[in-house]
Amino acid sequence: MSKRVFIVAGLLVALLLAGVASSFASGSPDGLDYAAREGCTFNADDEITGGTCMAQQAKDHEFADGPLADYAFKGIDNEYLATGLSGVIGVLITFAIGGGLFWLLRRRPS
Amino acid sequence: MEAVAMHIANGIINGPVSAIFMVIAVAGLAVCVWRAKADLDDRLAPMAGLVAAFIFAVQMLNFGVLPGVSGHLLGGTLAVILVGPWVGALCVSTVLIVQALVFGDGGLTALGLNITNMALIGAAAAYVLVALLLRVLPKNASGLGATAFIASVIGVVLASQGFVLEYALGGTTDLSLAGVAATLGGVHVLIGVGEGLIAATTVVTVAKVRPDLVYALRAFRKPLEVAA
Repeated sequence: MSKRVFIVAGLLVALLLAGVASSFASGSPDGLDYAAREGCTFNADDEITGGTCMAQQAKDHEFADGPLADYAFKGIDNEYLATGLSGVIGVLITFAIGGGLFWLLRRRPS
Repeated sequence: MEAVAMHIANGIINGPVSAIFMVIAVAGLAVCVWRAKADLDDRLAPMAGLVAAFIFAVQMLNFGVLPGVSGHLLGGTLAVILVGPWVGALCVSTVLIVQALVFGDGGLTALGLNITNMALIGAAAAYVLVALLLRVLPKNASGLGATAFIASVIGVVLASQGFVLEYALGGTTDLSLAGVAATLGGVHVLIGVGEGLIAATTVVTVAKVRPDLVYALRAFRKPLEVAA
């Protein structure tokens, strides 16, 4: 397999994972979030109702209202579509920024 | 279910400690950029972009580890094996910066904390473990897979204890440090097992298709005989 084909195939796998598989990921708090919530009680709306936990001190994200905040897509209510689209855009942005940065940093044959 | 925020949020660690770790992160990344230049050639540069994009994608795939608790890949070991420690730390950092700036995941004031734990501690631990394990384990696909698995489990637990250190220095709540360390460490052993399976599958797949694109196999000059 040529390197170019390998990179394109790898990128396709990443796009499928972020664009399709991501909608089937677990929605439970991750390990860190779980630890941050430990010690507090929550109501049905996931609001803290008592106790002491790290999550009480958590402040909103600076960009909590951004168009792709929380891996959604502003204006699209369908969760599968919104998550998938934000995942695809994220993979492309990360590849562009990462790839571009590493290309600029690379050793050039002298 | 949709993916949700998964990195350290603003406010969990106080301002001064967050600022100190931002300085540590910037200094660490500067060293990585400096050392990465020697590794980055026309072959590694596109591969590094792909590794960053792949880590972004797989970080969205939270898997259940306990009832009501999930985990996701951090990516340090995967990156170190495929593109080396310096470029690998930069790959994970790229993902964290994109997540913080575009997806509102991981507070901007907490970016230094997140980069220190997942990119710097994650890659450093993986580097030491991978270099060691590749020398003692069998020089075949099983050896590479086992290396990825073991380094992932230990690397993820160490990254989680990076948070414990930061919380000890600047936590904004009054909780038992031993309790936080035990909860985080315990759940991250399980997350590390998931990460290890993903990392092992990925690097063994790449090694079978294009072994020359696996940095760890080049760097440690170890021929890989893959039994397909």
